[in-house]
Order: sequence, then C-alpha cells, then structure tokens
Amino acid sequence: MANSLLEMDDLRISFFTPAGEVKAVNGMSCALNQGEVLGIVGESGSGKSVSVTALMKLLVRPGKVVGGGIKFDGRDILAMSSKEMRGVRGKDISMIFQDPMTSLNPVFTIGNQLIETIRTHTGMPKKEAADRGVKMLAQVGINNPEKRMKQFPHELSGGMRQRVMIAMALSCSPKLLIADEPTTSLDVTIQAQILDLIKKMRDETGAAVILITHDLGIVSEICDRIMIMYAGRIVESGSVDDIYYSTAHPYTKGLLGCLPGSSKGVRAPLKAIEGNPVDLLDMPKGCGFASRCGECMKICLRENPPSFPIGEGHVSACWKHVPVNASEVRP
Amino acid sequence: MLKFVSFRLLSSLVTLFLVITATFFLMFLVPGGPFLSEKINAATLAQINKKYGLDQPVYVQYGNYLKNLVKGDLGISFKRRGYTITEIIAEKFPVSAKLGALAIICALLVGLPAGMLAATKRNTVVDRIIMAVCTLGIALPSFIVSTTLLYILGMQFKVLPVIGLETPRNYIMPVFALSLSPTCYITRLLRSSILDIQGQDYLKTARAKGLGEQVVLFKHALKNALIPVITYMGPMVAGILTGSLVIEKIFSIPGLGKYFIDSIEGRDYTLIMGTTIFFAAILIVANLIVDILYCLVDPRIKY
Ligand SMILES: Nc1ncnc2c1ncn2[C@@H]1O[C@H](COP(=O)(O)OP(=O)(O)OP(=O)(O)O)[C@@H](O)[C@H]1O
Ligand SMILES: [Mg+2]
Repeated sequence: MANSLLEMDDLRISFFTPAGEVKAVNGMSCALNQGEVLGIVGESGSGKSVSVTALMKLLVRPGKVVGGGIKFDGRDILAMSSKEMRGVRGKDISMIFQDPMTSLNPVFTIGNQLIETIRTHTGMPKKEAADRGVKMLAQVGINNPEKRMKQFPHELSGGMRQRVMIAMALSCSPKLLIADEPTTSLDVTIQAQILDLIKKMRDETGAAVILITHDLGIVSEICDRIMIMYAGRIVESGSVDDIYYSTAHPYTKGLLGCLPGSSKGVRAPLKAIEGNPVDLLDMPKGCGFASRCGECMKICLRENPPSFPIGEGHVSACWKHVPVNASEVRP
Repeated sequence: MLKFVSFRLLSSLVTLFLVITATFFLMFLVPGGPFLSEKINAATLAQINKKYGLDQPVYVQYGNYLKNLVKGDLGISFKRRGYTITEIIAEKFPVSAKLGALAIICALLVGLPAGMLAATKRNTVVDRIIMAVCTLGIALPSFIVSTTLLYILGMQFKVLPVIGLETPRNYIMPVFALSLSPTCYITRLLRSSILDIQGQDYLKTARAKGLGEQVVLFKHALKNALIPVITYMGPMVAGILTGSLVIEKIFSIPGLGKYFIDSIEGRDYTLIMGTTIFFAAILIVANLIVDILYCLVDPRIKY
C-alpha cells in the first residue's frame, strides 16, 4: 500500500488501573488511504475512542500504548516528540468530538478559538487568520459568519457548534479528520446535515476521514470502508457492500440484526445480542466474542482467530472463515 | 448591564435600610448608654441626654436619625466630642482600607499561583504540603494567628514591631494574619476547580488543536477555573472586613475597625450606626463589583 496515509500495525493499548491491566485495544491493524472515509463501528467500550486518541498521542495516564506501531504520512507517530506532535495535531490530523455542547470553551468567542487554531499552525497575522476563520465558517454552512465570530458557544445551537468544530478542525487543511461520534448527541435531522457536511468537506478538501459511531446506518451513507470493532479488535472490515450484503462475522450479523428493517429486506423483529461484553481486565484466551456467539466452536475458546481474507479487501476474524486448505487448524 | 447595575443599586438601598433599622433598634435593646461611665450626677446626665435627644422615645430618635441620614448627616460622636461621624470615617477609613487592600492583594498574589502549582503538581509532595498548610490556615482563627505572631515575633524575638502602622514593617504581621485564611481558601478553591475541569471536553479540543500545555492551562483552563474564585471574592471582602475589626484591636491599629469595636463598648450610638452603614455600603459595592467581574469572565451569565 504505497499511498497509505495511515497505517496501524498490531496496536495494543492498556490502562493500568489498580484493578489490573485493562486491555482496551488488542492488536488493531488497519490502513487508510488518502481521501478515504473509514467508518469504525462497535459497541460501547470496544476501544474506538481509545485507539484514535492514541493516534493523536493524547492518551493520558493510566493509558499506554503497549505494543504495535502507528505510521502517519510516512512518519512514526509513536516516536515523535511532544513538540513535533503538537505540530501534527490540528494541522495534519484534526479531531471533532461527540458533544458539541461541551467541546468548545464556553468563555471564549467562536472567533477567538478559531483564530487561535489557525495562528498556532500558520503564524498568520490576526487579521488574516480572522478572514480565514470567517471563510471557514461560511464553508461549513454557517450564516452570518462575521457575527458568529463574535458570539460565544452558548449562543449557538448544538448543530451549529458541531459545524464550528468542523470548521475549526478543517481550518488548517488536515490530511485526516477524525470524527468521534460527531452526531450522537444531535437530533436526527441535524445528524443528517452534519454527515452531509462531513462528506461535502471531504470532497472539497480531499481529507481522509475516520468516522466513529455506534450506528451502522450512519456509516453506510458516507463511508468507503467499514471496520467492525469488538473488544479492542477488528473483527471484520470491508466495503459497505461487503459488510451489508456479504456479512461474514457473527458479531456483525448480530449488529445488523439490531438495526430496524434488516438487510434481508424483510421486516424481521429486532434482535439484541445476548450476553455481556467481555471483561477487558481478564481477556479470554480465545475469540472475545465466543461466549456470545451462536456459532461458537471448540477452537474459538482456545485460540484467538487471525484475520482471514474472504474477498477483495474484505476480511473477517472468525474461525468459520479459515481457508479450506488450512485443514490442520480446523476443530 | 446598565439596567442590572441600577437595579442592584436600588435594591441595595432596601438592604441598607433594613440594616439601619435592625441595628438601630438592636442597639437600644442593649443595656447601658454613652454617658453612664462618666462621673456625673443624675441631673447633668439628664441634661446631656436631652441635649443629644436621648430622652425621647426610640422610634422618635429613629425618625430623626433617618431624616438626618437622608440629608447625608451621620451626626456627631458622643465620645469623641467635636467630631462628626463623617470626619471620623474620613480620617480612619484610609488606614483600614490600606490594610484590607494589602490583604486582598496578598491573598490573590499568593493564593492564585499556589493553587495553580498545587493543581499542576497534584498528588505530589508539593501539592500535599500546600494542601496541609492551607487546611491549617483556614482552620486557625485570625486572633490565634495574630496573638501567636505577636508573642513569638514581636515579644520573644523582637524582630517585628508590635503596635501601630508607622513603618512598612509594621504591616507584615497584621496583613499576614488578615490574609492567611483567604489566601488558603483561594488556593484550595483554584486547585479544586482546575482539577474539576481537567476532564472537560474543551480542554481535549484545545489539546487536539495542537496547543501547548501552557496555553491549555493558562488560557483555556484558568479562565474557567477562575469563576468559582470570583464568586468567593464577595464573601472574602466580608471576611477581611470583619477580620480587620479583630486585627486592628489586637495590633492597636488606629483604623475604623478599632473605632467600631470601641464605639460598641462605649455605646457611642451615632458612631455605631455610622460605621455599620459604612461597612454595609462597602460590602454592597464589593458584591456588585464581583457580580460585574463575574459577568465579564463568564459570558453565559447575563443580567
Ligand atoms: N481512563 C481509563 N481507565 C481505565 N480503563 C479505561 C479508561 N479509558 C478507557 N478505558 C477502557 O477502554 C475501553 C475502551 O474505551 P473507549 O472509550 O475506546 O470505548 P468506545 O469504543 O469509544 O466506547 P463509546 O462508544 O462508549 O465511546 C473501555 O471499555 C474501558 O474499559
Ligand atoms: Mg468513544
């Protein structure tokens, strides 16, 4: 993958808590191309936020990257000094968060926060940075941007604030935008608008996007590729069509079963995935999903499945998909 | 904003009126009188009381007092003959004000950096020491602190002067005693409010924007963390004001606080009323300033 913008290789992240080592991410590998939109989907606690936080090198104690590597634009993120990393954050990689109501500082104006970002990375004079800020606000569909610059966050609605966050994130033309559940706390109509905006901005700026969400419905609309995470591992990844129409992993099937109006086109009753998420403090030896899986085999309890290719760019980490010729590992 | 200030000024007139009324009647409920301690016979006493209007029923005196007050006349002192209350306040208040202002400045100058230091070094030895000192500083009453200081530094080692305010060195002990508790309080308040906002999303945003830790702490965190400190400024001024009453007495400082205590002991009615009204007015103005500051720091507050 010559033109990979981002490569994560067997990333492992743990939290060293008094209760023990919480293995939040257990060997996550992925690659992201320039301008690609990648959706990361998984239930709460599956390690989505933690992995992208590590990518920004913003993990705080007791969290620590305990293994693997992250390469961004040919540079080794994990080896960077904190000063180098500050030059990357907000400039090459930007991030927006779940709750736009709290992600902007309540005591500074929109303009102040926007200009601050621009000046940090470009050293532009204030006036020029302000012009750029106004332009960015206009670009993300905020009307009356000059006036908004002088307003405080509480004077804007949630959707507007998320637009401001996007404007701020894109103000230095990053190569990668990470959106961690950018629409979770917004109402449905605004959700659609924000997703459209992210898509539009991707088209206009060519930035790659990592979109984190719980919601498979959302990712199908704007993502090129989807990764399904479970217990700190990627259990299945592929194109939107792969995930929806050639669903491979039992966990993904479970997730799709949770969507109203299932993929089969018939209105099947909603199904919950039985059981509880695995205890990250005491990871089972085998597959993390085994205890909740309807198709669990003996080997699933013994050994964690590696990723098996099932199609062009479609992989699944399930023993069911072990290639036929590797018969010796069959149970 | 202008509307808010004028409304507050109007409502403080009501507060002031209640303070005046309560003080006036309470004052007369306390037994004794201004001239009892003087060696005079009953006839002379009655004459003096008549001269000052003290022979009339309390409500009549109250009415007269209010009438004069509206004209800006606080009356004359019963004890310091020949002086009007206004003159006494004008003469003595600057002394107290200087002491109080120094105490407030010290509390901010020491408390704010100490609070930030403790917060940035949380759970280290530095933090623990600062917190231990603060707990002690808040718990110790100022009269204990000042008498202990007086005894050790003033009497035993004789390194600092014990009475008056003639030289700058005279200020050290009273200002220390007066500002100790507010300093400690500000330190703890700022520390805990900085720690409280550590997990806030906007700080995550600030870091994700590529800002340095200094900017995150001194710009984004501090301005938010100052909000509770500003709220405390009103009670702090009140505390320093009441504290100064005791401190001025202990260090024999000829400020308004000392006169206030003396006036109560001597039942110098007009002086009691005058100083009470004056202190109340200071508190009202201080709280108004705090509210305006509050509004300036936190744009979410709208009056
Ligand atoms: N500060 C911490 N201390 C201990 N464990 C933590 C900490 N932060 C995260 N974890 C662990 O990491 C796991 C993954 O957390 P993460 O925030 O990445 O989940 P997520 O997939 O983003 O979930 P959500 O959808 O709820 O945001 C959690 O299950 C939790 O056990
Ligand atoms: Mg998350």
